Formats: sequence, C-alpha cells, structure tokens
Amino acid sequence: MWGAVAIVAVTLLLAWLIIPRLHRAPPSRAEQSAADQFPNDAFPSTYKPLPSRPTIIRNATILTGTDREMTHASILMQDGKIKAVAAKVPEPPGVVIIDGSGKFVTPGIIDIHSHLGVYPSPSNEATQDGNEAVNPVTAYVRAENSVWPQDPGFTRALAGGVTSLEILPGSANLIGGRSVVLKNVPSRTTQGMKFPDAPYDLKMACGENPKRVYGEKGGPQTWMGDVAGYRIAFQKAEEYRAKWRRYWKHGGDRPDRDIGLETLALVLDGDIPVQMHCYRDDQMATMIDVAKEFGFRIAAFHHATEAYKIPDLLKKNHICAVMWADWWGFKMEAYDAIPEGLAMIDHAGACAMIHSDDPIGIQRLNQEVAKAMAAGRRMGYRITRAHAVAWMTRNPAMALGILDQTGTLEKGKDADVVMWSSDPFSVYSHAEKVFIDGALLYDRDNPKLSPRSDFEVGQENNANFGGAGQ
Amino acid sequence: MRTLSSPPPRGEVEIRDPALDAGERISGGGNISAQPRTRRSSASSTSPQGGGFAWRFVFAVGITAALVGPALAQQPTHAPRQLEARPAGARPRLAPASGSVAEPGGAAILIKNGRVYTVGPLGTVDHGDVLIVGGKIMQVGQDLTPPDGAKIIDAKGKPVTPGLMASATDLGIVEVQMVAESNDSGPGLDSGRFDADDTAGPHEPERAASAAFDVADAINPNSTLIPIARIAGVTRSLTTPDIGEGVFRGQAAVIDLGNGPHLVDKPKAAMVVNLTTGGGQNSRPTLWATFRETLDDAREYWADRAGYHRPGGASNQRAAQIDLDALEPVIHGSEPLIVNVDRASDIRQAVAYAQANHLKLVILGGAEAWQCARELAAAQVPVVLDNDLNLPTTFSDLGATERNAARLDAAGVTVIFQPQADDPGHYARTITQIAGNAVANGMRWDHALAAITANPARVFGIADSYGTLEPGKDADVVIWDGDPLDVTSAPTAVFIKGQNIPLVSRQTRLRDRYRDIGAKNPPFEYR
Repeated sequence: MWGAVAIVAVTLLLAWLIIPRLHRAPPSRAEQSAADQFPNDAFPSTYKPLPSRPTIIRNATILTGTDREMTHASILMQDGKIKAVAAKVPEPPGVVIIDGSGKFVTPGIIDIHSHLGVYPSPSNEATQDGNEAVNPVTAYVRAENSVWPQDPGFTRALAGGVTSLEILPGSANLIGGRSVVLKNVPSRTTQGMKFPDAPYDLKMACGENPKRVYGEKGGPQTWMGDVAGYRIAFQKAEEYRAKWRRYWKHGGDRPDRDIGLETLALVLDGDIPVQMHCYRDDQMATMIDVAKEFGFRIAAFHHATEAYKIPDLLKKNHICAVMWADWWGFKMEAYDAIPEGLAMIDHAGACAMIHSDDPIGIQRLNQEVAKAMAAGRRMGYRITRAHAVAWMTRNPAMALGILDQTGTLEKGKDADVVMWSSDPFSVYSHAEKVFIDGALLYDRDNPKLSPRSDFEVGQENNANFGGAGQ
Repeated sequence: MRTLSSPPPRGEVEIRDPALDAGERISGGGNISAQPRTRRSSASSTSPQGGGFAWRFVFAVGITAALVGPALAQQPTHAPRQLEARPAGARPRLAPASGSVAEPGGAAILIKNGRVYTVGPLGTVDHGDVLIVGGKIMQVGQDLTPPDGAKIIDAKGKPVTPGLMASATDLGIVEVQMVAESNDSGPGLDSGRFDADDTAGPHEPERAASAAFDVADAINPNSTLIPIARIAGVTRSLTTPDIGEGVFRGQAAVIDLGNGPHLVDKPKAAMVVNLTTGGGQNSRPTLWATFRETLDDAREYWADRAGYHRPGGASNQRAAQIDLDALEPVIHGSEPLIVNVDRASDIRQAVAYAQANHLKLVILGGAEAWQCARELAAAQVPVVLDNDLNLPTTFSDLGATERNAARLDAAGVTVIFQPQADDPGHYARTITQIAGNAVANGMRWDHALAAITANPARVFGIADSYGTLEPGKDADVVIWDGDPLDVTSAPTAVFIKGQNIPLVSRQTRLRDRYRDIGAKNPPFEYR
C-alpha cells in the first residue's frame, strides 16, 4: 500500500517536473489534478527562434489585429519579441531600419486548418498521410507523426505571410486524432517546427465524409450513426478516466494504458479542445449537445458553411466558426454556403475566421479575408480592415489557445510580423517580408531569403525560381 | 492615380492601369501606357475577322444611323470618329434589324460616363458611354446621345468591361459535384476532385475514347451556379467535360449565362483530350498510342465514311462510330483540340503532333508551359490555365509557378484563364482573382483582362459576337464598383445579350433569409 502511494507520489513529482507549462493558461486545476497524470507531450518541441537583429519597420500603416489601424507608425522587434508599436519607437544600437512608407504591417497570418505536411506536394500514394481511414475512431494518432517537414507547401505559405498553422488529420474519421500547431519555419524535424506550449487539439468530423468512408465498411452509415460513434467513444473515455482516477486515489491493479482513450480523457478534462469539421447548422447544434453531455469543449466548427444560420448558438456557446470566403457546392453539405457567411457571424458578435484547408488557398488568406470583408460591406455592414485582419490573425490565435504568444501586434508577444507591399486586402499586394520570432524568414526581394525544401533542390531545370515559388 | 506621362488629347483613348493605383509596379516598366491602343494602331490592325471590312463598315454605320438617327447628328464630332475607328465584327447577320428593338432585352440602354475597357481597338475610353440596342452594342464612345425612350444608367466613372468568360468550367453540367445524379461533367462518374481533407468518392473506369460525349446534351439553364457566376460578372463559359480517366473526354460548348432557356451559343466548340498520366491514368506511351490510333482511325474513316460498313471498309476500327463522327472537325483542323498536359515535354510533343497533323491545338493546364513559351508562341498555340497553381503537386508539374501567365504573355502566347481549377464551375467567380494575381506576378493588366474576354472569344470561335465592347457584338456588359480584377470589387450591373440581369442568386436569397436572425418575432425558419 505505502509502496503504491510512493509510486504515485514519485510519478506525480516527476510529471510535475517533466511536463511543466503544458497547458494554456491553466485554470484552477483543483478539480482536475488527476488529469495531469495522463502524459501529454511525447514529442516535445525543439523549436528555437532563429537568430535575429533588432528591427524597426518605420512609417508604415499598421493593422495591429486588435481593431486598430495606425498610420505612419513604427514597430520595433527585438530578441524575438515585439518591443513597441507606436508613432515613434526607441532605436536600440545596431537596429535594422526598414522604410515602411506605403507599406502595411500585420500580425503573421495563422491558418487554423491546414494539411500541409500530411497531404504534401507532391501528392501521391507514398505521401497520403492525412487520414488513418481504418477505423472511424482513431484518437490514438497524431498529425505531428505524419507531417513531412520538406513539404514545399510550407515555403509557399510563408511567402503568403503565414507564420503559424495548425496541421490536422483529415476528416475521414469521426475522431481523426490529435492536431499540431507549428511555427512555419524550415526544419529537419517536425519537433523543430512545433509551436512551444501550444495546446493540442482533437480533430473530429461531422457529416458526409465518415459516412462515405465507412458506410459500406461496417459503419457509421448515417448521421445518427456518426453521433452514436462520438458518444460511444466518449463513454469509453469516461470509463477509462474513472478507472485511472480510482487507481490514482485508491491504488490497486494498474489499469492498462490506452493512448487513444488517454487523448479522449484529456479532451474530457478540457486540456485538449475539439476542432470539429462540420458543415450543416443542424449538425453543429447536435454536436453542441454532445459536447455538453460529456463536458468537452468544441473550440471551433471548421468549414462551417451553414454557420451563418446559427450565429446566436455559436455566440452563446463560445464556439468559433472557421470558414472559407466563397467555397461551396462541391458536396451536398456545402450547398448552402454563401460569401457573406463569415461577415454575418462576425456581425452577430460571434467568433469567425478564415481558413484554407488547401495548399493554394493558404498562400493568399489575405485575399480570402478581403473577399469576405467586401461581401459583408456590400450587404451594409461596416467592416474596417483593422477589424477584418483579425479573421486571419487574432481569432485563429484565440481558437488555438496561442493568443498570449501571437496573433496581434502587442508589446511582449512573439514578433510574428508581415510587411505587405500595399493594402493586404488588394489582389496586387505581396507579403514582402515575413518575420517569425523577429527573424526575417522570407524576403521577396532576396532569393537567398526564400526557403527551399529538399524536394525542390536539384530541380532547377524545372523550377529556376526561388523556393517560395515566385 | 497615375495617368499617361503625356495626357492624350481629349476624345482620344486613354489607357490606364488600375493596378498602378494599388501601388503595384509592373516589372520592366512595361505598363500599359507604353502602348496605348489608339485609333492609329487599330487602323493598322484591320479586321481579324477577315475581308469585307469596308462593306461592314458601311453597313454598321448605316444601321446605326437608321436606329439612332437624329441622336447621331447631335454627337460631338469625336464620337462618331471612334465608331469609324472600328465597326469591327459587325457581321451583317449580327447587326440588329430596326424591328428587333421590341425583342426581349431589346429596349435601348445607354450606359453613361464609365471608364470603358473595350478590350478592342478602341482601348479604354474614359468618360465613355456604351449604347445597347436590340441586345447588341450599337455604339461606344464619348457623350453619346440616347435614342428616345432609352434607359440611362450612370456608371459614375466606374469601370465598364465586356462580360467575362470563364473557360474550362463545368457551368451548366454540374449542380453538386459529389451528387452523382447532378453531375454530368464526364463520360463516367469521377468524383475524385475535392479538398485534401476529404476522401475519394465513387469511381468507375471509363472507356478510352468518348469523343462523342457532348456537354451540350446536359446544359441546365436552371442551374443555381449560373446566377451565382453571372452576378460576379461572368457572362460566358466554355463548358468542358472534366479531366478524368481516359484520353478523349468529349466536346465542349460555349454557353452564355443569360436567362435561357437556350444557353448554348456554340456547341462542339472544342474537343477535350487528357494526355496526363497519374491518378489512375495510364502511362504516357499508352495514352499517346491510344490518342494517335484514334485519330488515325478517324482519318481513315472520314476518307471513306460511306464504306464504313462495307466489306474491307473501316468497320474494324477500334473506336466507336459515334466517336469517329465527332472527330471530323478536329482532324480537319476546324475545331480546337484542347489537350490537358502540364509537363514541358508533353506540351512540346503535343505541339509537334498538332503541327504535323494540322490540328488546332489548345493547351489546358500547362503548368510548365512557360518553359516552352517561345515554341507555343511560334506555333500560335493558346494556353488555358489556373495561374494560381504554383506547387509541384506531381512529377508532371514540378515547374509550376505563378509567373507562368506573365511569361507566356510576354513571349506572345495567347493566355486564357480558367477559374479555380479544382471546381471551376462553382468557383467561376474566381476568374477575376486569378487574373488579378497574374497581374500581381507580372502580367500586363490589359492582357489579363483580355485573357478572360477577347482571348477565349477568339480561340473558341465566338469573337464575332462576344469578347469586346464593339458595335455589332452581343451586349455582354458589366459595370463594376472598382478594379474588376481586384478581390474587393463586384459588379453593380450586368447585361447579357442586352438583358439587365438582376443581381440575385440562390446565395443572395439565403443571405437575405438569414440576415436578421436576431429580429423580434422571427419567422418560423429562424426558431
């Protein structure tokens, strides 16, 4: 008995030492202390900010991501952080000063829904690593174990101003596995890209895809079958968690470990929110009830083509809508999408944002936001660009739980910054310089600062241009 | 705002590049103002439609005078001069008879005070007017006087362009891509095209030759995609079979996006062939063998069609008779042959084969076309492409780049844009964004506009009636609230064959149905 207690105590101590600060803004955890028993970081981040020099972009139009537009303003980046955003900023010794006249500065773009690395370019049988479509519930897989860091899509996204992105498993499964948040830096390893301290998310999927994949392979065959699938999975997770809690409290035989149920238990504990692929409004409403039944948190509905029909429900339940500007009609559940959807949700006071789900779309999320903003304006909403920029910066950071680190241009945050050649909501604007943690990762005017993946090395006969595809 | 370095005389054509307003610098300084399309340049170009220029000129002026009558006499002198500059494709059969004014869409409409991008020899007419009578463009110029009873629309200085043409789309033949019974886009069901997030759908092998497949059999004027595309300024589509398995995919048609019921303007506007390997498709040599054999069959068959069923005749052909029938205009070089290929070596091989066999080749896809831009220009082979595709998605498009269109255009290749290629019907409205991005990556603005108007009109055989704002052509006209190639712009008015199209679609109806969710006493559907 005392031996067991000692083991638990040592385990607790080790866990406390080894896995500090794993959880975003930890709330009062008195009720949840047992959850810390489930290990939650088997593949720790080795990301280190690249070397940088203190840098000022001077006299630019700055969209801070906090609903502010500052003209003739400057931003100082130092030691990887934003040190100041103001009309005048201090000039530390050795500072690099970039003339921002006529330029725009925004926070680095964050794409909350990408399959770069798991469905990389080139796309062939050997590289299709996004859907573990062998079982409708595969909570045991992690996107980070599929990410191929040499996907040339990362470099193209960087040239489009994307500094952070969430890589998700695909939507073949009801529960697809864990997603991972990356800083968009070149690295030999996925761990080297992994956003430090970003929470994991769980990818789940509503609707047609699981039915199509499993309808003739044992189910689910129907939407009600989908819903039953989620509930059965979380019922098992509840039982699993209860078993471990009993063990932690009372000892006895150590339960068998199940890494899938472990992930779901962390979801039940609120440590891992759910990113939920869901198109139809009625299905979203059903998922809100399922989440309430088991007490897990849905951070956002992704694709959410009909979310504009239920902004009140989304607002009340603090769930974001993650959307395209104008995709529609490719399948039945996307038939009702409208270009004004994102703006309508935002207008109702709910949380909305853009996403790509696409290696081409991720390169111009600024244009997608521009289209959504323009559609909203045409229906009479007053939407400033200072506000709309949050749809690709602040709001995704919030939904990913990394708003303390990035997503806005505020003192003390990571210096993830894009300088645009002109108003980023014009088709003619380019990301000219992209900084991640203050380091200049991409410079449109300098081919040497245009990362190139291994895959494209030695392909100069085909591609005599920079790695970012320009 | 930047204008020509030496302002043109009043009444002359002024060409400006809206891209420059956005702070965009076009590399090499080669902006549009370097080559303004003046009356002089148009006079030297004469008519691309061939002879009869003088006759048609007289005819067009005559018709105009008969219709507009006294109004013309009040014109400032420069306006008729602009008309004289180019009566253009005003073929007699297209010029409206005076009695046609009463036809639907036939009332006279005068669009006043626009920045009129004619994409024709008149270039850009600042403070320009477009007079529409009987569904046709009657006159383009400054300070036109409307005939009695004409509806007058003030464009308030905003851009006015021809209606746009989206090429290689499935507009009219698909409602929901993954709903099989609503998808007529290919010889067999192939729903394998959707986002990487999704998983492959049903799939059936298709027979090698399906040249007889004709999209014109399936065009649905009530498709919701049509209003959604046209209220974004798209008034024409080259609707093509999709690119799936097999070599011959079938015949494309040019349709307009008007109110129907008959949308097909030109059936059999092109034959579509897929010579790209991968995705379940055979290897290149197998594809090429099938391609050559089928065309050889067609030549042999057409050399003695009557003898097809006679002993010793061509009835031992591998391909079906209906397919061989469909290939007649292709082998005789009168119908464009659209070949889907990306790799530079495939493009070169297609060009060589087309030249040797006198085929009218058009490249679709063409990710690496820029690598053989000079050959394509010399062979006068146009390229239809979604220029946003800049990733090495296969080993056939390792050279994909957003500079593709700019490089092709600079080399003199005719460029035509396809909307977002993964679903070009639903996303027909992305045609302006794709053109705008090509400009952002170095293409001339006016050439990018031509790539979604005049170029596809010419290549797919409807330049007589569509593609530019010129007297005698169908009145496909769009008034924009900003630079038509920018992503925040949208039409404020759309005319198709003179019909003023309401800016309403299923999507605007859904928007209006749900825009007041928070209202008191909400209607039933909100509860």
